[in-house]
Amino acid sequence: MNTYSIKPEGDGINAAAALTSSRAVPIFMAGLLGIFIVGNVGFSHIEAVHNAAHDYRHSMAFPCH
Amino acid sequence: MDYFRNIVIVAAIAGAIAGLGMTVVQHFATVPLILQAEVFEEQSSGAPAEAPAVAHEHADATAAQDTAAHDTAAHDHGEGWAPSDGIERTGFTLAANVITGIGFALLLVAASELFGGLGGWHQGVFWGLAGFIAFTLAPGLGLPPELPAMPAAELASRQVWWVGTVVSAGVALGLLFHSRSLVSVVAAIVLLVAPHIIGAPQPVSHESPIPEGLHHSFVVAMAVTTLLFWVFLGGLAGFFRERFIHAA
Repeated sequence: MNTYSIKPEGDGINAAAALTSSRAVPIFMAGLLGIFIVGNVGFSHIEAVHNAAHDYRHSMAFPCH
Repeated sequence: MDYFRNIVIVAAIAGAIAGLGMTVVQHFATVPLILQAEVFEEQSSGAPAEAPAVAHEHADATAAQDTAAHDTAAHDHGEGWAPSDGIERTGFTLAANVITGIGFALLLVAASELFGGLGGWHQGVFWGLAGFIAFTLAPGLGLPPELPAMPAAELASRQVWWVGTVVSAGVALGLLFHSRSLVSVVAAIVLLVAPHIIGAPQPVSHESPIPEGLHHSFVVAMAVTTLLFWVFLGGLAGFFRERFIHAA
């Protein structure tokens, strides 16, 4: 499907050495998207967002109220 | 872009399934305790226990009832919109679980790709445990899970401490995993300990209308359900990673 796939490298200790920019950019984009999503639901100060996710925030121990 | 797309696909599938499962588990484990705490919250403000139901149903309340509800609702939901109890409230909890499940999965998959990617569901379980340590255990030591009505320091300061603690725990785990040098291990331990030496923002008084037994049950329920979520999420991410990224 693509040309970026890599084989798992042993115990993973040296795997970061295989990190190339063609892999690093998509990885950081995916990480930023994750931060954006979690941050918006878990940390929003908007009243309606807070109230909608109220039980979730308590259940995951996000700082709430 | 194929690589990015595949990371997102793996995270979306794993996060959605784990988020759905988490909603079911929370429904029986943590949410009943939150609802119990809300009763104490209402009682502590001198309002009858039924007040939450009234306060949530502004739509068909008369003006007088509405005013009464506002007067007695000490619940820190503020004046804004809130889902009504029951299906609607559970529905929004489900949405929050699925959306953040995908968000956490993106972070887990992205972090593990930096180290060569998850080599199957079993490795994913260990990454899930790492997620639990970074996102639940490390911040939870300083800011234990709270129930409604429990006293707490100012929200923004707690959020800053929470984010700082999660980031430093994540970097610490990365260092421990990446390097075997003594310097890295010492740096990782410093990163794990430092937030607790700085100290999480604490309320002026810990006096609370919530019985200690109820809070204890909630801490245990929250920790166990979150542990299950992370392990399940990691395992699923490892499983689907093999199909969408590794095998691609």
